[in-house]
Amino acid sequence: MKLLLSGNEAIARGAWEASCHVAAAYPGTPSTEILENIAFYKEIKAEWAPNEKVAFEAMLGAAIGGARALVAMKHVGLNVAADPLMTSAYVGVNGGLVIISADDPGMHSSQNEQDNRVFAKFAKIPLFEPSDSQEAYEFVKLAFEISEKYDTPVIVRSTTRISHAKGIVDVGERVELPVKEYVKDPQKYTMIPAFARKRHEILEKRLVELKKLSNSIEINRIEPGDTKIGIVTSGISYQYAREVFPDATVLKLGMPFPFPDELFKKFASTVDTIYVVEELEPFLEDHVRILGYSVIGKDKIPITGELNPQIVRKALKGESLEKIPPQKAVKRPPALCPGCPHLGIFFELKKKRINVMGDIGCYTLAVLPPLESIDTTVDMGFSVSSVHGFNLARGEKSAKKSVAVIGDSTFIHSGITGLIDIVYNKGFSTVIILDNHTTAMTGHQPHPATGRTIKGEPTKKIDFVELARAIGVEDIHVVDPHDLKAVRKTLKSALNYPGPSVIITDRPCVLLPDEWKKLQKNPKKVVDPEMCQGDKCGNCFRLGCPAIVWKDGKAFIDPLLCVGCDLCIQTCPFDAIHPEDEYEKGI
Amino acid sequence: MKKGYNVIVSGVGGQGIILASELLALAAMEAGYDVKKSEVHGMSQRGGDVVSHVRFSQKVYSPLIEQGTCDLILAFEKAEALRYLHYLKPENGVVIMNDLEIIPLPVTAGQDTYPQNIEETIKKYANLVVVDAIGKANELGNSRVANTIMLGVASKFFDIPEDIWIKVITNRVPKKTVEINKKAFELGRKIELDF
Repeated sequence: MKLLLSGNEAIARGAWEASCHVAAAYPGTPSTEILENIAFYKEIKAEWAPNEKVAFEAMLGAAIGGARALVAMKHVGLNVAADPLMTSAYVGVNGGLVIISADDPGMHSSQNEQDNRVFAKFAKIPLFEPSDSQEAYEFVKLAFEISEKYDTPVIVRSTTRISHAKGIVDVGERVELPVKEYVKDPQKYTMIPAFARKRHEILEKRLVELKKLSNSIEINRIEPGDTKIGIVTSGISYQYAREVFPDATVLKLGMPFPFPDELFKKFASTVDTIYVVEELEPFLEDHVRILGYSVIGKDKIPITGELNPQIVRKALKGESLEKIPPQKAVKRPPALCPGCPHLGIFFELKKKRINVMGDIGCYTLAVLPPLESIDTTVDMGFSVSSVHGFNLARGEKSAKKSVAVIGDSTFIHSGITGLIDIVYNKGFSTVIILDNHTTAMTGHQPHPATGRTIKGEPTKKIDFVELARAIGVEDIHVVDPHDLKAVRKTLKSALNYPGPSVIITDRPCVLLPDEWKKLQKNPKKVVDPEMCQGDKCGNCFRLGCPAIVWKDGKAFIDPLLCVGCDLCIQTCPFDAIHPEDEYEKGI
Repeated sequence: MKKGYNVIVSGVGGQGIILASELLALAAMEAGYDVKKSEVHGMSQRGGDVVSHVRFSQKVYSPLIEQGTCDLILAFEKAEALRYLHYLKPENGVVIMNDLEIIPLPVTAGQDTYPQNIEETIKKYANLVVVDAIGKANELGNSRVANTIMLGVASKFFDIPEDIWIKVITNRVPKKTVEINKKAFELGRKIELDF
């Protein structure tokens, strides 16, 4: 049966057919849809984990317990899971363990563009790199087999253009395998130094075997062609190379690590000039150069950003097919949504010129005009730990002008330990948990404070107030971020409190279906142009609500975008904004 | 061997670009082509520009269209037609453009200007079809089928039989809207082109 599937859907399908029993992930673009699609299959126990480390450890535990397990994450998620990753190579598996790393070259929705192929080499774990949806589907199935056969986790590395591109996949059916027997074996699974030393030797021997496999496995192949140019490539870069050099000889590597030295030498002996076409790091190129070959690679092809056929053509052929000059269009920067619960808090933080240690989520967009209130963003949880360090550096006075802002899901992911650090070390920082009741940025996944699982079942729900209290925070506030007066009062009180403070801004994301329905009942807001002071004021505009636009020098609320909240009313010093029903009646 | 096509579907977030490109890709698959389609989701939320590349041919490698090789741009908004004009092949490229301007925040804030003379610029390089898709959709009684009207216009350029389009629309759009979408598609397909 042929289906049009995204790479992420294909990975889910492959896992299902390969009798994957359990899967876990933390949402992160471009990997999120892998687990969402796996959750549709009733045969697989699928779980959102609080973060990637927990997801990884849970799945390694499942694999040791004999199940076929899959864990999926975005590239930076593997940093969080790097600790269990490194030692998982030592202990190996029982049931197969497949790790999906979805990288984001070009940073469509990420804070960096690290190349996680390097992790495979670092951790000494075999690496598969599909180049389209069909291969994503096939390679996941193959990865489970290799994992069990060689007693090793396997990394399948996708990128945004694999995960989010769709292609035709010829699918099959699930072949049900039983969960394997578990036999207690501390020498294999308990990494005290004495046992770990032996396991390291086993790991090195395994790598030698995997290198033999890499030279013979059919997903590493020479595609014969014109012998003037030979191209070494893997992943999505294969498609771009083929687009530009349809007739060249190509060494297509579906399993680029361990690198197939012998296969490469055979390929190299048949071609005159070798090009290495790869995105980001010179991963293949370094291997080839170590073998003593001179090649054309990163000296021509950019090391930064995402590739495409045009870049490859310009770099290697010095030509371009583009004949029509690019035109100036118009900027459409991403923005927080109309009525977003984050608008009010950042509006107030900016007004008070507070230093804001930011985090990863929709609210990172508050760095852009007109809100422009965020000072820093590095990784998940950074806001909480770093505001403590910032205040350590700058003293108690700084604490009255500095806050951490972190989303509910991100706080569970990595913010809790930072808060413990503040309390334990007698800090005085203020942490604002922006609780919008969901993981909004990646498309509304439930998390442990929503009280729902990935399958929609009810479960225990974390109470942030109780959690903060248990950690030792004494100054805890809950505030509706759409009540600006209350927000101001709360901020003042928390910032001046001589100890750690937690503010929970409690309001659901406007795009959550229940909230959306509720908002539809609210009257839209309208601006009375006679009352509006326009350019002389501009206060409502500083909210950054996309529904508020400028028309003939006055504020105008686009009725198609307005969700009917009353944030803008609270910002207007001239009483020029009203609910449409009252305005029409002349109230 | 049937001719292959490279198509860009562009517009503003929330306009239904992904569904339209999905329908095109599914129709091409049903018609026996190899198909790839690519777009990016994530940070570009509502209000950001959205583009989908759809390629169908005997064999498709790259999911991304190379600049200078696009056959047709299906734009749901005028500036979003202009943004991808340089992707068109230099000869006989086609732009099907919704007669709609969506003004973004930086323009209302006075930090950017909305492009002028879009139609004249496009006509310098390509064959242009301007469709009042929202007006026509309103005549059918639902402004949301504007996309399907646009897709109906575009469908005339491809070697895909009408019954395949109808089948794909029937299977893919929400059940309640199948009839109106079929009507919208046929309305688009009947629009006369003057080149």
